[in-house]
Amino acid sequence: MRIIPLIISTLVTTGLIVILNKQLPVGGNKTPRLGYFLSPQIGFWQNAESVNTNYNNNIKLTGLESKVDVYIDDRLVPHIYADHENDAYYVQGYLHAKFRLWQMEFQTHLAGGRVSEIFGKERLYVDRFFRRLGMVYGAENTQEYVEKNNPEMKTSIEAYAKGVNAYISSLKPEQIPFEYKLLDYQPEAWTARKTYLFQMFMSYDLSGRGAATDLQMTNAKNYFGYKDFNQLFTNIKDSLDPIIPKGTVFVKPSINPTTPKDIDSVYLNNIGGTSSVTAPFIPNKNNGSNNWAVAGTKTKSGRPILSNDPHLGLNMPSLWYELQITTPTHSTYGASFPGSPAIIIGFNDSIAWGVTNAGRDVLDYYDMKFKDSTKQEYWFNGDWKKSTTRKEIIKIKDSADQVEDIAMTVFGPVMYDNVYKNNNTAGKYLALRWTAHEASKGLLPFYLLNRAHNYDEYLAAISNWYNTGQNFVFASKTGDIAIKQQAAFVARWNRQGDFVMPGTDSSYAWQGMIPIEENPIIKNPVRGFVSSANQESTDVSYPYYLGAGSNFPIYRGIIINRKLTAMNGITPEDMQLLQMNNYNVFAEMARPVLLKYLNATSLNEEEKKYVGILSDWNLNSDYNEIGATVFNAIWDSTESAMYKDEFAAAKLAIGWPDDPTMLEALLKDSLYAFADNINTINNQETINDVVLEGLKKAVTKLAALEKDKKLAWGKYKDTRVLHWLKIPALSRLHLPIGGGRHIINATTEEHGPSWRMIVHLTDEVEAYCVYPGGQNGNPGSKFYDTFIDSWANGKYYRILFLKRDLAAKHKQVKWLMTFTQA
Amino acid sequence: MKFLTSIILTALLAYGFGLFTTLPWWSFAISSFVVALSLHQTPFKSFLTGFLGVFLLWVILATIIDINNEHILATKVAQILPLGGSYLGVIGLTGILGGLVSGLASLTASFTRKP
Repeated sequence: MRIIPLIISTLVTTGLIVILNKQLPVGGNKTPRLGYFLSPQIGFWQNAESVNTNYNNNIKLTGLESKVDVYIDDRLVPHIYADHENDAYYVQGYLHAKFRLWQMEFQTHLAGGRVSEIFGKERLYVDRFFRRLGMVYGAENTQEYVEKNNPEMKTSIEAYAKGVNAYISSLKPEQIPFEYKLLDYQPEAWTARKTYLFQMFMSYDLSGRGAATDLQMTNAKNYFGYKDFNQLFTNIKDSLDPIIPKGTVFVKPSINPTTPKDIDSVYLNNIGGTSSVTAPFIPNKNNGSNNWAVAGTKTKSGRPILSNDPHLGLNMPSLWYELQITTPTHSTYGASFPGSPAIIIGFNDSIAWGVTNAGRDVLDYYDMKFKDSTKQEYWFNGDWKKSTTRKEIIKIKDSADQVEDIAMTVFGPVMYDNVYKNNNTAGKYLALRWTAHEASKGLLPFYLLNRAHNYDEYLAAISNWYNTGQNFVFASKTGDIAIKQQAAFVARWNRQGDFVMPGTDSSYAWQGMIPIEENPIIKNPVRGFVSSANQESTDVSYPYYLGAGSNFPIYRGIIINRKLTAMNGITPEDMQLLQMNNYNVFAEMARPVLLKYLNATSLNEEEKKYVGILSDWNLNSDYNEIGATVFNAIWDSTESAMYKDEFAAAKLAIGWPDDPTMLEALLKDSLYAFADNINTINNQETINDVVLEGLKKAVTKLAALEKDKKLAWGKYKDTRVLHWLKIPALSRLHLPIGGGRHIINATTEEHGPSWRMIVHLTDEVEAYCVYPGGQNGNPGSKFYDTFIDSWANGKYYRILFLKRDLAAKHKQVKWLMTFTQA
Repeated sequence: MKFLTSIILTALLAYGFGLFTTLPWWSFAISSFVVALSLHQTPFKSFLTGFLGVFLLWVILATIIDINNEHILATKVAQILPLGGSYLGVIGLTGILGGLVSGLASLTASFTRKP
């Protein structure tokens, strides 16, 4: 034996194994455990699926009532045929897990404040934010309610969970999804709770902006004073074309909310310091959508056509998973959420439906006064009232648990307090009231829409929708079209909840919820179409306050309604072109204003060149249009020149005025107080000066872009679909697509139409769809990004909506998975 | 002959261990150690046969998978690691890491005997 070489060699060998078995820090990230990750028999290689994967399978599982057939077509869309309702959801759970397991778990870990378990304490701030926001609290409340009151929903969600778990327990170590191997953790069992957490995830995405913006608006109001604030963040929009046409007469309101007497002194003009808070994820301002339905009177076939494209963050794997579910009670096709049973947006053999975000304010803050820092008692209606404490325990990889003690008040959880604060909160106690916290019927409206046959059943189904406002569009084979804005909405007085409200008594509390019969609705209007694009649902004659104007973008609504009014003899192809329409109606209104205030004689050659490009632009924000880039640059820098002097001195986060603010001001008036630069005491700047300053700034930027050959709008905008982990290699970058803000094709950098669907309600439903992703969430599958190029190019897939016997022999059906009782 | 047998045995046993995916990925270090212990060679040759056994095994396995996958995932991993997006780089790194662990285990075994 050679002792010394032996010892050295043993140490080197074990040392190498130890290093290759560890996640090594590189930059701010960690590598996978390289030895494990690269091992061909257990590591990532096992996720590199053969491009000729055969998905045929006979799967034996426990818990099924009878055999389920799943025909899978050439786009990897499953068509589920089950004889029992619960079997269908069981198999839906299994398929979601098979193709999207990592994403399902990750999204619910995010919602439930558990990502520190994966990433360690670097992401603790994310978990603390979501725990304190009451995400788990809300999920618990709805779960408890549904399990008590909606047995069909309870069993569906449980059957779904069983299906997910059946898949997870069938997984061998080498078969777990790629991302688990990359980040080095293991999938855990699925629970019904996670479906409710997923719903909270969507509630936050669609109605949680107020958690950040209410604080910013409060800061802005305190900084500018209410009078100026009201001009900068105006609720008045002359150009609005609401969802319910102007002039519609609304019923007398059954609730008349009383404005508190001291509103001027303690609310609107109270300039006491408030907080500025940085939320780790502020839901995208552009989370919105388009939907519309045209009646048979306007279509070539005489049958209605329904269209929907929800605009959300563009992620891979996609938020959506396409499928067909057929049982003896219903046959439904559409987009589902991995994490939830049933179909969320789609159609069945009688009706079609779609959703857009209503944008209504369903989240408020209350400024609480606690007796002391123990948060045991707070002052309410002239007395010290006892609070309860909710404990949220956050587990952290490689660290001790973090415990959040959250005081619970009459309004809800105290999100910000003496412990959870930042430099600006100064120990304020801010309680959160949010409809998403409250018990609701969860997914029941979708469960019922999947099975609805007609207008009455549609209306009955959506009447169960409480949490976050949605505009449900509807069309039926029998020729009805309709749209209703639905949720439990607060009956608000003007500006109620736009700012942090006093919480020491009930005078600022919610005074009631608007009865759902009084929610905006329209059925079979004379104009032959209904539509929504996140604008205010009504004009000011609606008797309730809808919420701050900045929640409602108006321009997509204007152009959709203008186009639909002009169209006749409509075909599904026309609807596809409309969804992909890149006409910029905002620029149509704003360009003349910019040009009006530019004095051509004072411009140099380069400036003249870009003004020329702006004047000659055809107003389409297509991929190759340089005019679109020029317009956006000039508009943005003019807006900045207009307001930056006023905003510059703010020490707190105060947001930024929306595009309509400046446009409508300049359309109305040639004198605008904000044009004056407050830093030049002896000069009174005019709008002309501001526009010129904006142009000069824009020209510098544009010249640089031109040099880099990035002047074409699509290159400048640079749309991408990012993997949830933001890893470029797992994402699709530099997509060839136009569109943008204020445009029907609302595709911005990382945001846009997440599912495009057109349903023509002919006898055999003729439907089309496309989404920016692919059916298989595995980055190692050729189906990972199958639809992205079609999506970018405006190509749609004809949907196969198949009866069981046809599915078996259809030429586009490639595989059959059967599920039988073990 | 011993040289070739060592390579083949190292590869076969590593493959066999690899089928039991509940075992740690480095289990083959034990089998490579045992092979080198049983078929005694000079330290250099032991290292070489140990290295080549798993290097070849892993390169062949990875290449078969990669071809069937049309390089989809290896190309992505080659951007993450980062290896300039080259799937061949990932295959090479895979072989070298596996080979090194195996070779070192074999080398260790060779030192347990007198030269």
